[in-house]
Amino acid sequence: MSAENSHPTENSHPTPALYGVILTILVCGTVLTYFAATWEMGIFNPIVALTIACTKATLVILYFMHVRYSNKLTIITVCAGFFWLLILISLSLSDYLTRAN
Amino acid sequence: MSTSQTTAPATGHHPAWAHQFDNMQQQKEASSFGMWVFLLTEIMMFGGLFTAYMIYRIKFYDAFVAGSSSINVQWGFANTLVLIGSSFTMAMAVWAAHKGKRMQQVVYLVLTMVLGTVFLGVKAVEYKSKYDECHIPGQVLGKGFNATGGPGCSGEGANIAEELEHPKTLAGKEVSGKPRGAAEQIARQSELFFVFYFAMTGLHATHMIIGLGVLIWILRRAWKSEFGPAYYTPVENFGLYWHFVDIVWIYLFPLLYLINRVPHH
Repeated sequence: MSAENSHPTENSHPTPALYGVILTILVCGTVLTYFAATWEMGIFNPIVALTIACTKATLVILYFMHVRYSNKLTIITVCAGFFWLLILISLSLSDYLTRAN
Repeated sequence: MSTSQTTAPATGHHPAWAHQFDNMQQQKEASSFGMWVFLLTEIMMFGGLFTAYMIYRIKFYDAFVAGSSSINVQWGFANTLVLIGSSFTMAMAVWAAHKGKRMQQVVYLVLTMVLGTVFLGVKAVEYKSKYDECHIPGQVLGKGFNATGGPGCSGEGANIAEELEHPKTLAGKEVSGKPRGAAEQIARQSELFFVFYFAMTGLHATHMIIGLGVLIWILRRAWKSEFGPAYYTPVENFGLYWHFVDIVWIYLFPLLYLINRVPHH
């Protein structure tokens, strides 16, 4: 990795080699998520599937979307978005899942 | 990196430099921020669908497993790889624009378009097989939803009720071996799964189609050498949109295709 990447600045970009590494990890994650669904893990099936998906999404956001190399305003904007998404999902589910049938 | 590449030279303006910005760097940051705010609204739009999906999946779990297992997982798996590949070529196109490599930029943009088109082609094949199986919710092109074995409903997993009672092709150990009455009820309820399947993959595919349209415009500008180290914001912002669409699919694949694929024997 170049010195550019070890000291991220607003203008630095990942190298093609790093993009290749990310691509390889994403492909491995896809294969893994498929085989994980064929194993009997009970409650852990969706947890494993979503953990792999979140890892893949984080890699895409950090490297393909350059957030790791972005300014603080971009980073806080991205975090705010996912924070609101978390509120949407967690509060909605905590309502529906605790209702008496 | 020196700032000389991203700020306009003292003599003469960069043609893309809008007068309200102090320099090209400030203009780029404002564009990037605007793009991210737009993407946040997209996250909330898909987020609403994902939340509704989760609530109904928990309430009608058996029906969601049955519906999910009737989808061809090989097509979904292949499409995931295609879309990840297109994200890679898009990231490389942004890199080439940043480095001022015009031909590489054009080649990577064309590859992104090709992979995006392949994705939509596979999606069309999948939709067609669901039409043949009568698994499209409601009444579409003269066929009503029917997962309990109706006339004119052909396909390996068309009769979800039969599969639930005597599993042959479907995976999904958790819900197989049901008595006839329960199997028919679950098969009818699987219509709800397909509502989410078509709404979510349909909205995603709409984003892909819009993206391919914008890509033509980006490609035309790249061909005319409009992008280089000093200015490539449109390529970079389009890349953000394309990667976002990829991320949505990264979640759609396990949630729609892989709810439970444990073999029943």
